[in-house]
Amino acid sequence: MSEHIHDATNVTNPEHAEHHIVSPLEYTVVFVTLLLCTALTVFAATLDLGVFNPIVALAIASFKGVIVILFFMHVKYQSNLIKMTVGAGFFTFLVLITMTLSDYISRAWGLW
Amino acid sequence: MDSATVNPQAEHDSAKHHHVSLPQHRHHFETEEQQREAGSFGMWLFLLTEIMFFGGMFFAYLLYRNWYYDAFVAASNTLNVKMGAANTAILITSGFFMALGVWAAEVRKKNLLVLFLILTTVFGCAFLGVKYFEYKEKFELHHVPGNSFDVSQFINPPLNAQGNATRPPLPPDMAQKTQLFFFLYFAMTGMHALHMIIGIVLLFWLMGRAQRGEFTEGYVAPIENFGLYWHFVDIVWIFLFPLLYLINLHPLAH
Repeated sequence: MSEHIHDATNVTNPEHAEHHIVSPLEYTVVFVTLLLCTALTVFAATLDLGVFNPIVALAIASFKGVIVILFFMHVKYQSNLIKMTVGAGFFTFLVLITMTLSDYISRAWGLW
Repeated sequence: MDSATVNPQAEHDSAKHHHVSLPQHRHHFETEEQQREAGSFGMWLFLLTEIMFFGGMFFAYLLYRNWYYDAFVAASNTLNVKMGAANTAILITSGFFMALGVWAAEVRKKNLLVLFLILTTVFGCAFLGVKYFEYKEKFELHHVPGNSFDVSQFINPPLNAQGNATRPPLPPDMAQKTQLFFFLYFAMTGMHALHMIIGIVLLFWLMGRAQRGEFTEGYVAPIENFGLYWHFVDIVWIFLFPLLYLINLHPLAH
Protein backbone atom coordinates (compact mmCIF):
# COMPACT_ATOMS: atom_id res chain seq x y z
CA MET A 1 0.00 0.00 0.00
CA SER A 2 2.63 2.54 1.09
CA GLU A 3 3.81 3.45 -2.42
CA HIS A 4 0.34 4.78 -3.25
CA ILE A 5 0.13 7.09 -0.27
CA HIS A 6 0.77 10.74 -1.06
CA ASP A 7 -0.06 12.28 2.30
CA ALA A 8 1.12 10.20 5.24
CA THR A 9 -0.82 12.29 7.76
CA ASN A 10 -4.06 11.35 6.05
CA VAL A 11 -3.92 7.61 6.65
CA THR A 12 -2.86 7.96 10.27
CA ASN A 13 -6.05 9.91 10.86
CA PRO A 14 -7.78 8.03 13.69
CA GLU A 15 -11.15 8.53 11.99
CA HIS A 16 -10.31 5.94 9.39
CA ALA A 17 -11.71 2.60 10.49
CA GLU A 18 -10.42 -0.85 9.64
CA HIS A 19 -12.46 -2.31 6.79
CA HIS A 20 -14.71 -5.00 8.16
CA ILE A 21 -16.77 -7.56 6.25
CA VAL A 22 -19.86 -8.65 8.19
CA SER A 23 -20.24 -12.45 7.98
CA PRO A 24 -23.36 -14.23 6.67
CA LEU A 25 -23.77 -15.84 10.11
CA GLU A 26 -23.99 -12.42 11.74
CA TYR A 27 -26.56 -11.32 9.14
CA THR A 28 -28.57 -14.49 9.77
CA VAL A 29 -28.67 -13.89 13.53
CA VAL A 30 -29.91 -10.33 12.91
CA PHE A 31 -32.47 -11.59 10.36
CA VAL A 32 -33.92 -14.18 12.78
CA THR A 33 -33.99 -11.58 15.58
CA LEU A 34 -35.93 -9.21 13.30
CA LEU A 35 -38.48 -11.92 12.45
CA LEU A 36 -38.90 -12.84 16.13
CA CYS A 37 -39.39 -9.16 17.01
CA THR A 38 -42.04 -8.87 14.30
CA ALA A 39 -43.92 -11.84 15.79
CA LEU A 40 -43.47 -10.33 19.26
CA THR A 41 -44.87 -6.93 18.27
CA VAL A 42 -47.93 -8.55 16.62
CA PHE A 43 -48.48 -10.64 19.76
CA ALA A 44 -48.04 -7.61 22.07
CA ALA A 45 -50.66 -5.72 20.04
CA THR A 46 -53.26 -8.42 20.83
CA LEU A 47 -52.86 -7.75 24.58
CA ASP A 48 -54.69 -4.82 26.15
CA LEU A 49 -51.82 -2.89 27.74
CA GLY A 50 -53.65 0.45 27.93
CA VAL A 51 -51.31 3.39 27.33
CA PHE A 52 -48.39 0.98 27.03
CA ASN A 53 -49.55 -0.54 23.71
CA PRO A 54 -47.99 2.23 21.58
CA ILE A 55 -44.97 2.45 23.88
CA VAL A 56 -44.22 -1.28 23.63
CA ALA A 57 -44.80 -1.21 19.84
CA LEU A 58 -42.43 1.75 19.40
CA ALA A 59 -39.82 0.22 21.72
CA ILE A 60 -39.76 -2.99 19.65
CA ALA A 61 -39.70 -1.00 16.38
CA SER A 62 -36.82 1.13 17.69
CA PHE A 63 -34.86 -1.96 18.71
CA LYS A 64 -35.40 -3.44 15.24
CA GLY A 65 -34.36 -0.15 13.63
CA VAL A 66 -31.20 0.03 15.72
CA ILE A 67 -30.03 -3.50 14.87
CA VAL A 68 -30.71 -2.86 11.17
CA ILE A 69 -28.62 0.32 11.37
CA LEU A 70 -25.80 -1.28 13.38
CA PHE A 71 -25.45 -4.56 11.43
CA PHE A 72 -27.23 -4.48 8.07
CA MET A 73 -26.04 -0.91 7.53
CA HIS A 74 -22.61 -1.62 9.10
CA VAL A 75 -22.61 1.45 11.34
CA LYS A 76 -21.11 -0.62 14.17
CA TYR A 77 -17.98 -1.15 12.04
CA GLN A 78 -17.74 2.33 10.50
CA SER A 79 -15.44 5.21 11.38
CA ASN A 80 -16.32 7.73 14.06
CA LEU A 81 -17.19 10.24 11.32
CA ILE A 82 -20.01 7.99 10.04
CA LYS A 83 -21.19 7.14 13.56
CA MET A 84 -21.33 10.83 14.47
CA THR A 85 -23.17 11.64 11.24
CA VAL A 86 -25.88 9.04 11.90
CA GLY A 87 -26.18 10.03 15.57
CA ALA A 88 -26.34 13.74 14.74
CA GLY A 89 -29.08 13.12 12.18
CA PHE A 90 -31.34 11.28 14.61
CA PHE A 91 -30.58 13.83 17.34
CA THR A 92 -31.55 16.71 15.03
CA PHE A 93 -34.75 14.87 14.14
CA LEU A 94 -35.62 14.46 17.83
CA VAL A 95 -34.95 18.17 18.44
CA LEU A 96 -37.31 19.09 15.60
CA ILE A 97 -40.04 16.77 16.93
CA THR A 98 -39.66 18.07 20.49
CA MET A 99 -39.76 21.74 19.49
CA THR A 100 -42.74 21.33 17.15
CA LEU A 101 -44.63 19.24 19.69
CA SER A 102 -43.93 21.69 22.52
CA ASP A 103 -45.38 24.42 20.31
CA TYR A 104 -48.60 22.46 19.74
CA ILE A 105 -48.87 21.33 23.39
CA SER A 106 -48.45 24.88 24.72
CA ARG A 107 -51.18 26.41 22.53
CA ALA A 108 -54.50 24.57 22.51
CA TRP A 109 -53.77 21.01 23.60
CA GLY A 110 -57.00 19.23 24.54
CA LEU A 111 -59.20 22.17 23.49
CA TRP A 112 -60.14 20.99 20.00
CA MET B 1 17.52 15.97 -17.07
CA ASP B 2 18.59 13.53 -19.73
CA SER B 3 16.23 11.02 -21.21
CA ALA B 4 17.87 8.12 -19.38
CA THR B 5 16.66 9.37 -15.98
CA VAL B 6 13.32 10.78 -17.15
CA ASN B 7 12.00 7.68 -18.87
CA PRO B 8 11.97 5.26 -15.91
CA GLN B 9 10.30 7.97 -13.85
CA ALA B 10 7.61 8.51 -16.50
CA GLU B 11 6.96 4.79 -16.69
CA HIS B 12 6.65 4.61 -12.92
CA ASP B 13 4.18 7.51 -12.95
CA SER B 14 2.02 5.95 -15.60
CA ALA B 15 1.96 2.66 -13.70
CA LYS B 16 0.92 4.56 -10.60
CA HIS B 17 -1.77 6.44 -12.50
CA HIS B 18 -3.12 3.23 -13.91
CA HIS B 19 -3.54 1.99 -10.38
CA VAL B 20 -5.16 5.10 -8.93
CA SER B 21 -7.77 5.26 -11.68
CA LEU B 22 -9.40 2.05 -10.42
CA PRO B 23 -13.10 2.66 -9.69
CA GLN B 24 -12.47 1.91 -6.01
CA HIS B 25 -9.54 4.33 -5.96
CA ARG B 26 -10.04 7.46 -8.04
CA HIS B 27 -6.98 9.62 -8.25
CA HIS B 28 -8.40 12.46 -6.12
CA PHE B 29 -8.53 10.16 -3.08
CA GLU B 30 -5.45 9.37 -1.03
CA THR B 31 -6.45 5.79 -0.29
CA GLU B 32 -9.22 3.31 -1.05
CA GLU B 33 -10.34 3.59 2.59
CA GLN B 34 -10.71 7.34 2.24
CA GLN B 35 -12.81 6.97 -0.91
CA ARG B 36 -15.04 4.37 0.75
CA GLU B 37 -15.54 6.53 3.82
CA ALA B 38 -16.33 9.59 1.70
CA GLY B 39 -18.93 7.56 -0.23
CA SER B 40 -20.58 6.22 2.94
CA PHE B 41 -20.56 9.72 4.43
CA GLY B 42 -22.32 11.15 1.37
CA MET B 43 -24.87 8.33 1.31
CA TRP B 44 -25.67 8.85 4.99
CA LEU B 45 -26.15 12.59 4.47
CA PHE B 46 -28.71 11.73 1.76
CA LEU B 47 -30.42 9.24 4.09
CA LEU B 48 -30.63 11.90 6.80
CA THR B 49 -32.63 14.12 4.44
CA GLU B 50 -34.88 11.10 3.88
CA ILE B 51 -35.32 10.70 7.65
CA MET B 52 -36.45 14.34 7.81
CA PHE B 53 -38.79 13.80 4.85
CA PHE B 54 -40.53 10.73 6.32
CA GLY B 55 -40.19 12.25 9.81
CA GLY B 56 -42.52 15.11 8.85
CA MET B 57 -45.24 12.61 7.97
CA PHE B 58 -44.63 10.59 11.14
CA PHE B 59 -45.01 13.82 13.10
CA ALA B 60 -48.30 14.67 11.34
CA TYR B 61 -49.51 11.17 12.24
CA LEU B 62 -48.51 11.63 15.91
CA LEU B 63 -50.33 14.97 16.12
CA TYR B 64 -53.54 14.06 14.30
CA ARG B 65 -53.82 10.73 16.08
CA ASN B 66 -53.98 12.71 19.33
CA TRP B 67 -56.42 15.26 17.93
CA TYR B 68 -58.85 12.84 16.26
CA TYR B 69 -58.13 9.74 18.33
CA ASP B 70 -61.52 8.00 17.82
CA ALA B 71 -61.40 8.46 14.04
CA PHE B 72 -57.82 7.19 13.86
CA VAL B 73 -58.68 4.13 15.96
CA ALA B 74 -61.72 3.27 13.82
CA ALA B 75 -59.92 3.82 10.51
CA SER B 76 -56.75 2.00 11.63
CA ASN B 77 -58.77 -1.06 12.63
CA THR B 78 -60.03 -1.49 9.05
CA LEU B 79 -56.46 -2.34 7.98
CA ASN B 80 -55.51 -5.98 7.52
CA VAL B 81 -53.00 -6.87 10.27
CA LYS B 82 -52.17 -10.27 8.69
CA MET B 83 -51.21 -8.68 5.38
CA GLY B 84 -49.21 -6.00 7.20
CA ALA B 85 -47.35 -8.59 9.28
CA ALA B 86 -46.68 -10.79 6.24
CA ASN B 87 -45.35 -7.76 4.38
CA THR B 88 -43.05 -6.91 7.28
CA ALA B 89 -41.56 -10.41 7.14
CA ILE B 90 -41.27 -10.21 3.33
CA LEU B 91 -39.46 -6.87 3.49
CA ILE B 92 -37.08 -8.03 6.23
CA THR B 93 -36.27 -11.07 4.08
CA SER B 94 -35.58 -8.80 1.11
CA GLY B 95 -33.26 -6.70 3.32
CA PHE B 96 -31.51 -9.87 4.53
CA PHE B 97 -30.70 -10.91 0.95
CA MET B 98 -29.47 -7.38 0.22
CA ALA B 99 -27.14 -7.62 3.22
CA LEU B 100 -25.88 -10.98 1.92
CA GLY B 101 -25.39 -9.31 -1.48
CA VAL B 102 -22.97 -6.82 0.08
CA TRP B 103 -21.08 -9.74 1.64
CA ALA B 104 -20.95 -11.57 -1.72
CA ALA B 105 -19.53 -8.45 -3.40
CA GLU B 106 -16.93 -8.04 -0.63
CA VAL B 107 -15.71 -11.64 -0.96
CA ARG B 108 -15.88 -11.35 -4.79
CA LYS B 109 -18.43 -14.08 -5.51
CA LYS B 110 -20.08 -12.79 -8.67
CA ASN B 111 -22.77 -15.45 -9.15
CA LEU B 112 -23.84 -15.27 -5.51
CA LEU B 113 -24.05 -11.48 -5.74
CA VAL B 114 -26.33 -11.68 -8.78
CA LEU B 115 -28.44 -14.36 -7.07
CA PHE B 116 -28.84 -12.27 -3.91
CA LEU B 117 -29.76 -9.18 -5.94
CA ILE B 118 -32.43 -11.23 -7.76
CA LEU B 119 -33.82 -12.53 -4.43
CA THR B 120 -33.84 -8.98 -3.04
CA THR B 121 -35.87 -7.90 -6.08
CA VAL B 122 -38.26 -10.87 -5.89
CA PHE B 123 -39.14 -10.18 -2.25
CA GLY B 124 -39.38 -6.44 -2.97
CA CYS B 125 -41.90 -7.16 -5.74
CA ALA B 126 -43.79 -9.56 -3.43
CA PHE B 127 -44.13 -6.72 -0.93
CA LEU B 128 -45.59 -4.43 -3.60
CA GLY B 129 -47.93 -7.24 -4.71
CA VAL B 130 -49.40 -7.58 -1.20
CA LYS B 131 -49.63 -3.79 -1.03
CA TYR B 132 -51.60 -3.80 -4.29
CA PHE B 133 -54.28 -6.06 -2.76
CA GLU B 134 -54.44 -3.88 0.35
CA TYR B 135 -54.89 -0.71 -1.74
CA LYS B 136 -57.46 -2.47 -3.95
CA GLU B 137 -59.61 -3.22 -0.90
CA LYS B 138 -59.43 0.44 0.17
CA PHE B 139 -60.60 1.59 -3.25
CA GLU B 140 -63.49 -0.92 -3.18
CA LEU B 141 -64.60 0.30 0.26
CA HIS B 142 -64.31 3.98 -0.83
CA HIS B 143 -61.72 4.55 1.87
CA VAL B 144 -59.51 6.63 -0.40
CA PRO B 145 -59.66 10.33 0.57
CA GLY B 146 -61.43 12.55 -1.94
CA ASN B 147 -64.84 13.05 -3.51
CA SER B 148 -65.86 9.39 -3.41
CA PHE B 149 -64.83 8.86 0.23
CA ASP B 150 -67.56 7.06 2.13
CA VAL B 151 -67.94 7.50 5.91
CA SER B 152 -70.98 5.19 6.26
CA GLN B 153 -68.91 2.26 7.57
CA PHE B 154 -67.72 4.46 10.44
CA ILE B 155 -71.13 5.95 11.29
CA ASN B 156 -72.90 2.57 10.97
CA PRO B 157 -70.22 -0.05 11.61
CA PRO B 158 -70.74 -3.51 10.10
CA LEU B 159 -72.54 -6.00 12.38
CA ASN B 160 -71.13 -9.33 13.52
CA ALA B 161 -73.01 -12.66 13.64
CA GLN B 162 -74.69 -11.74 16.95
CA GLY B 163 -76.04 -8.51 15.44
CA ASN B 164 -73.70 -6.27 17.45
CA ALA B 165 -71.61 -3.47 15.95
CA THR B 166 -68.01 -4.62 15.33
CA ARG B 167 -66.75 -1.11 16.20
CA PRO B 168 -68.17 1.76 18.26
CA PRO B 169 -70.05 4.07 15.84
CA LEU B 170 -68.58 7.53 15.29
CA PRO B 171 -70.54 10.81 15.19
CA PRO B 172 -70.62 12.13 11.58
CA ASP B 173 -68.13 14.98 12.20
CA MET B 174 -65.59 12.61 13.76
CA ALA B 175 -66.29 10.03 11.04
CA GLN B 176 -65.15 12.62 8.45
CA LYS B 177 -61.76 12.73 10.21
CA THR B 178 -61.10 9.13 9.19
CA GLN B 179 -60.17 10.71 5.83
CA LEU B 180 -57.21 12.26 7.58
CA PHE B 181 -56.05 8.82 8.72
CA PHE B 182 -56.40 7.41 5.22
CA PHE B 183 -54.72 10.47 3.72
CA LEU B 184 -51.70 9.87 5.97
CA TYR B 185 -51.92 6.10 5.36
CA PHE B 186 -51.73 6.58 1.59
CA ALA B 187 -49.13 9.36 1.82
CA MET B 188 -46.81 7.32 4.06
CA THR B 189 -47.23 3.86 2.54
CA GLY B 190 -47.39 5.41 -0.96
CA MET B 191 -44.12 7.29 -0.48
CA HIS B 192 -42.63 4.12 0.97
CA ALA B 193 -43.86 2.14 -2.05
CA LEU B 194 -42.45 4.79 -4.42
CA HIS B 195 -39.06 4.39 -2.72
CA MET B 196 -39.33 0.63 -3.24
CA ILE B 197 -40.22 1.03 -6.93
CA ILE B 198 -37.20 3.31 -7.41
CA GLY B 199 -35.12 0.74 -5.51
CA ILE B 200 -36.31 -2.12 -7.75
CA VAL B 201 -35.44 -0.12 -10.89
CA LEU B 202 -31.96 0.46 -9.44
CA LEU B 203 -31.70 -3.25 -8.57
CA PHE B 204 -32.20 -4.23 -12.22
CA TRP B 205 -29.48 -1.75 -13.21
CA LEU B 206 -27.14 -3.12 -10.51
CA MET B 207 -27.92 -6.73 -11.54
CA GLY B 208 -26.74 -6.01 -15.08
CA ARG B 209 -23.54 -4.40 -13.87
CA ALA B 210 -22.97 -7.17 -11.29
CA GLN B 211 -23.40 -9.77 -14.06
CA ARG B 212 -20.59 -8.02 -15.97
CA GLY B 213 -18.42 -8.42 -12.85
CA GLU B 214 -18.11 -4.73 -12.05
CA PHE B 215 -18.66 -5.12 -8.30
CA THR B 216 -16.64 -8.25 -7.57
CA GLU B 217 -13.17 -6.89 -8.31
CA GLY B 218 -12.86 -4.74 -5.20
CA TYR B 219 -15.31 -1.99 -6.20
CA VAL B 220 -18.19 -2.60 -3.77
CA ALA B 221 -19.37 0.99 -3.20
CA PRO B 222 -22.49 0.98 -5.45
CA ILE B 223 -23.73 -2.26 -3.84
CA GLU B 224 -22.85 -1.05 -0.35
CA ASN B 225 -24.55 2.33 -0.84
CA PHE B 226 -27.63 0.87 -2.51
CA GLY B 227 -27.80 -1.54 0.45
CA LEU B 228 -27.90 1.46 2.79
CA TYR B 229 -30.83 2.88 0.80
CA TRP B 230 -32.70 -0.45 0.77
CA HIS B 231 -32.23 -0.94 4.53
CA PHE B 232 -33.41 2.61 5.13
CA VAL B 233 -36.63 1.79 3.27
CA ASP B 234 -36.91 -1.32 5.51
CA ILE B 235 -36.60 0.82 8.63
CA VAL B 236 -39.37 3.17 7.47
CA TRP B 237 -41.67 0.15 7.14
CA ILE B 238 -40.54 -1.25 10.52
CA PHE B 239 -42.04 1.92 12.04
CA LEU B 240 -45.03 2.24 9.70
CA PHE B 241 -46.32 -1.26 10.44
CA PRO B 242 -46.89 -0.90 14.22
CA LEU B 243 -48.00 2.74 13.99
CA LEU B 244 -50.58 2.24 11.24
CA TYR B 245 -51.73 -1.34 11.89
CA LEU B 246 -51.09 -2.32 15.50
CA ILE B 247 -51.23 0.40 18.14
CA ASN B 248 -54.96 1.06 17.81
CA LEU B 249 -56.26 -2.47 18.41
CA HIS B 250 -57.06 -1.70 22.06
CA PRO B 251 -58.32 1.89 22.15
CA LEU B 252 -58.17 3.75 25.45
CA ALA B 253 -61.48 4.27 27.22
CA HIS B 254 -62.36 7.93 27.68
